[in-house]
Amino acid sequence: MSESASKIWENVPSPFCGIASDDLKIQVDGTRVKVLEHGDAVTIPGFEAPLTDTAPRVAGRPVGLDIAVAEAAALLRTARLPLFSGFGTDVNDTRAAISLVDKSRGVFDQMRAEGGMRNLAVLQDSGWIATTLAELKNRVEVLVCFGSDVEANFPRFFERFVWVPATLFGQDTAQREIVFIGSAPKGSAATAPDGRLPKIIPCTQQALPEVAAGLAALARGNRLQADAVGGVPVAELQALIDRIKQAQYSVFTWAAGQLNFPHAELAIQQVCQCVVTLNKTVRAAVLPVGGQDGDRTAGQVCTWLSGFPCRVGYLRGYPEHDAYHYAGAQLLGNGEADVLVWVNSIGLNPPPGIAVPTVVIGRSGMVFEQEPAVFIPVGCPGIDHAGHMYRCDNVVAMPLYKLRDSGLPSAAQVLAAIEQAMGAKTC
Amino acid sequence: MLIKLSGGTVYDPAHGVDGQVRDIYVRDGRIVPPTGDTPDQEYDLRGKIVMAGAIDMHTHIGGGKVTIARNLLPEDHRKDPAPREGLMRAGCGHAVPSTLTTGYRYAEMGYTAGFEPAVLPINARQAHHEMADVPLLDVGGYVMLGSDDFLLRMLRDGRSQAEINNYVAWTIHSTQCIGVKVVNPGGISAFKFNQRNLDLDEQNSYYGITPRQILQTLARAVHELGVPHPLHVHGCNLGVPGNVETSLNTISGIEGLPMHLTHIQFHSYGTEGDRKFSSGAARIAEAINKNENITIDVGQVLFGQTVTASGDSMAQHRNSAVANPNKWVCMDIECDAGCGVVPFKYKDKNFVNALQWAIGLETFLLVEDPWRIFLTTDHPNGAPFYAYPHLIKLLMNKSFRNDALARINPDAAALSTLGSIEREYSLYEIAIMTRAGAARLLGLRDRGHLGEGAAADITVYTAQEDQEKMFEKPDYVFKDGELVVKHGEIVKIVWGNVHTVKPEFDRAKIESELKPYFDRYHTMKLDNFMIRDNEIEDDGRSKILVHSCKKA
Repeated sequence: MSESASKIWENVPSPFCGIASDDLKIQVDGTRVKVLEHGDAVTIPGFEAPLTDTAPRVAGRPVGLDIAVAEAAALLRTARLPLFSGFGTDVNDTRAAISLVDKSRGVFDQMRAEGGMRNLAVLQDSGWIATTLAELKNRVEVLVCFGSDVEANFPRFFERFVWVPATLFGQDTAQREIVFIGSAPKGSAATAPDGRLPKIIPCTQQALPEVAAGLAALARGNRLQADAVGGVPVAELQALIDRIKQAQYSVFTWAAGQLNFPHAELAIQQVCQCVVTLNKTVRAAVLPVGGQDGDRTAGQVCTWLSGFPCRVGYLRGYPEHDAYHYAGAQLLGNGEADVLVWVNSIGLNPPPGIAVPTVVIGRSGMVFEQEPAVFIPVGCPGIDHAGHMYRCDNVVAMPLYKLRDSGLPSAAQVLAAIEQAMGAKTC
Repeated sequence: MLIKLSGGTVYDPAHGVDGQVRDIYVRDGRIVPPTGDTPDQEYDLRGKIVMAGAIDMHTHIGGGKVTIARNLLPEDHRKDPAPREGLMRAGCGHAVPSTLTTGYRYAEMGYTAGFEPAVLPINARQAHHEMADVPLLDVGGYVMLGSDDFLLRMLRDGRSQAEINNYVAWTIHSTQCIGVKVVNPGGISAFKFNQRNLDLDEQNSYYGITPRQILQTLARAVHELGVPHPLHVHGCNLGVPGNVETSLNTISGIEGLPMHLTHIQFHSYGTEGDRKFSSGAARIAEAINKNENITIDVGQVLFGQTVTASGDSMAQHRNSAVANPNKWVCMDIECDAGCGVVPFKYKDKNFVNALQWAIGLETFLLVEDPWRIFLTTDHPNGAPFYAYPHLIKLLMNKSFRNDALARINPDAAALSTLGSIEREYSLYEIAIMTRAGAARLLGLRDRGHLGEGAAADITVYTAQEDQEKMFEKPDYVFKDGELVVKHGEIVKIVWGNVHTVKPEFDRAKIESELKPYFDRYHTMKLDNFMIRDNEIEDDGRSKILVHSCKKA
C-alpha cells in the first residue's frame, strides 16, 4: 500500500470484505475516510462510518479507560459463565480475546458462526476437496452456485474472479458457464460480459437437499428411478454432471449463511461428496464462501490457539469444542450465560438485546438499543491500526494498515488490560 | 546476569566434546568463556547430562494445513486436554496440538527450536501467525516452490538460472523463511491439470517440465544464493511401493549438488515379496553413505492415531483411500501450491504400517554418518512429536527395539533386517542428530552447540538407564539463557526468535515482472503479499534473526 502527500491511500485491503479486496483507493481527511475507487455496498459503509464515541462509558456515564476496564474485569471475576461473542476482529484482537476467555473460563462464539457450523459439520464428518480464489479466477470453466446468491454477500465476486480479462492458462473467460441451483440471483453480476445470462436450475430451498443428493448419485453413476428430484428434471441434473465431466475444472460454491434451513449440512455434504466422486476422473472442487465480519479470522485464530474450531468453551479449564452447546444465542436464550462480552472492532453490529450484564468492546460509531453495562470504544483494524485478517478461503491472510490517527485503543489492548486487571478468578 | 552450570557431563559434538565434565558460563543469554566473577546463579550439575537445546528441523507446527487438521479431528484432540496450569494457558495435545501446547511440550522435552517445513508462499503469513503463538521455541520456515505457476512458467520459457535465482531469493525474503522446500516437484500443479502421478522424468502436461528439471534448478538456485540449508526435497511418488527407485534416481540425478531428502522413510519402498511391498532402506542408506552431498531426515512412523498433513495434494488424494477415520481434505491453492490432510492410524499388526516402522528404524541404523541424518517423525505425519523420547530409546537400546519388533506384524518383521542390526546410538550421536547436525545443516552458527558465543539454549538431563524417561523430562531447560523448564515444569514463558536468511538479489528486476503478474492473475497485490519485518516483530514477542548466506 502506498501513501501520497494528499493522504490518498492506494491498494488498501478491506477488512469488511470476505473476499479481501485489496485494490481500494481511499482518501483520509482528518478522521474522515472516503472510498474513492473500488468500493461496494459492503466496503463503503465499512470504511466511511464516522467516528463518534471516543470515551468509555459505564452504565451510560463517560469514564476513564481504567475505570471501564476495572468494571469489566470485576464482572468477569465473578461471572459463572461469561460468553464472548461478536468477533468482527482481526488476528491480534482475537488472540487477546482467546487469552481472556481462557482466563475467565468463558465460551468463545463468533456472531456468524451458525453458517460456518454447517460447513464444519461436513468437514468433520467426511471432508472435501476445496479450492481458493486464485484457482477459481484462473481455472474455472463451470461454476455452480448452490442455493446461494453469492453476489449478495460478495458484490465483487464475479468481477474479481470470474469475468476477468485474462487467465494464466489462456481461457476465454467470457465463455465461462455459471449455474445457479435454487433461485436466480437478484443482481446481474453473474451475467457474462456479452449479456449471456447464468443458467438457473430452479428449485425451492426445501428441495436443495434432495437436488444435492440427486447430483451426488448421478456423479456416482447411479441411475435414478424418478423423473424429477426436488422438482428438477433428472435429465437436467444429468446434463450438468455430464458437462462437468467434460470440463477442465469446475467449482461448486455456496454461502453457508444463506442455507438457512434445518440440517443444511446434509445438503452441503451431498455437494461435497458429489465433488469427491467427480474427482475420480476429472478435476473439480468446492469453495465455501464466508469471511464477512471477521468470521474466518476468528475461526482461524481460535483453532490454532485452542486446538479446536470455533464454538469453544473453557469452562473446565481447558478448551472443548461443541457446535451446539456453545452457540451464543442459546447460552443467552436459556439463561446459562451470565455475562456477555461483545467484541466487535470491525463491524458496527451491536450485541443482541439481552438481559445479562454486557461489556462491549466495540468500534466507535456503534449504536445501541440498550446501553450496555460497559462500553469501551475501540479503533477499527485496517483504519485505526494495523492488523491482519483471513479471507473466505482461509488461505490468504491480508495485512491491514493504519490509515488515520484516531487515538482509540485497539480491542487487543483493551482485552489485555482487562485480563491484567482481573487478577484471580473468584468464581 | 552470570549463570554457572557446574560440573555437568557435556555432550557438544560441534566441538568434539563427548561426555566430558565441564563448567559452562552464561551471561546475558550467551555462553561466555570461564570467568572468575562470582555467578549470580549456580546450578550444580554433577552427574547430569548437558547438551545444547534440541532442534527439530522438520515439524509441521504452523500454517493452513495443520489448522485444517485441527478443524478436522476434534475427537482426537478431545482425548488429550491440556488444562490451564501454572504459567501455561489451556490448550490440547494429540495429533496436532494447539500452538500453545506445542510450545510447552517441546520445551518440556528440551527442544528449543522447531522448523516448519512447508510454508506455502501465499499462506506464509498464517504460518508465521501460528509459529508466533508457539511459546518457548525458536522457529523458522522453508518456503515451498516447485508447483507455483511463476516458477514453472520460467522453466518452460527457458529463463536463465540467474533469473530463477532472483525469483527464489525474492520469495525467501517475502515469506521470511530460512530455506526452500520442494514437494512432489511439479506434481501438485500437475494434479490440478488432472494428472494423478508424476514420475521423475514425466512431464507436467501443461508446462512440459519434469520433476528432475525442477529439482536441479531449485537445488542450484539455493546453492548459488548461498542459502546454508540445501534444497529440502519431498520427492515424487510419496508412499508408492517401488518409490525407492525414484529416490535413488533423485539422488543420482542431482549431480552432486547439496540436497536434503525429507521423510525418506515414506520414499524407501520396494516391491518385493508376496504383497509387493518391501523395505528399500538398505539401498537408500547405501546411497546416502556414498553421496556426501545428501542429507536426510527419517519421518519415522510410530504406532497410534495421527494425521498426515502435506503439501502434496496429489499423493494425499491417493492416500485418502486409507484415511482413518474416513474423512479427509484436499486443496488446490492459489496457482501456488496445494495441501492434503488425511488422518492415519498406524497399527503394529498391520503389515504395511509395521514395515513402515521397520523401514524408518533400518534407515536410522544403516546410515553411518549421524551428521547427515536427522531425527524426525515428520510431525504429525509419522507420529506426534512427543513420541521422540520413545524413538530415541528405540535407537539407543537394541533389546527394547527387538522386543518391539517381536510385537509387530510377523510378516513385516520377517521381511525386515532390523532384528539383525546391532547398532545402538550413543548419547553423542543423539546430540549430533538432534542438535549439532541440525544447526549446521540450517546454518545456525550460534545454536546447537555449547561453545563460546553460542546462544544459551541448553538442556540438562539426569542420566537414566531408560532413555525414554531421560529424554522426556529434562531437569533444566534454558532458552537464550533464561531458565524456562525445571524438573519438567514450565517456570518461565519466553517467546522464540524467527530464523531467516536474506540472500542478495535484484529486487527491482524481479518485481518489475512480478507486479503486473500479481495484478493480472493473483487475487492480492504484490505489496500486500510481502511480509514485512514489523508484521512479525511489532507485538514485541518474536525477533527476526538473519543468518548469513555465502554465495557459492
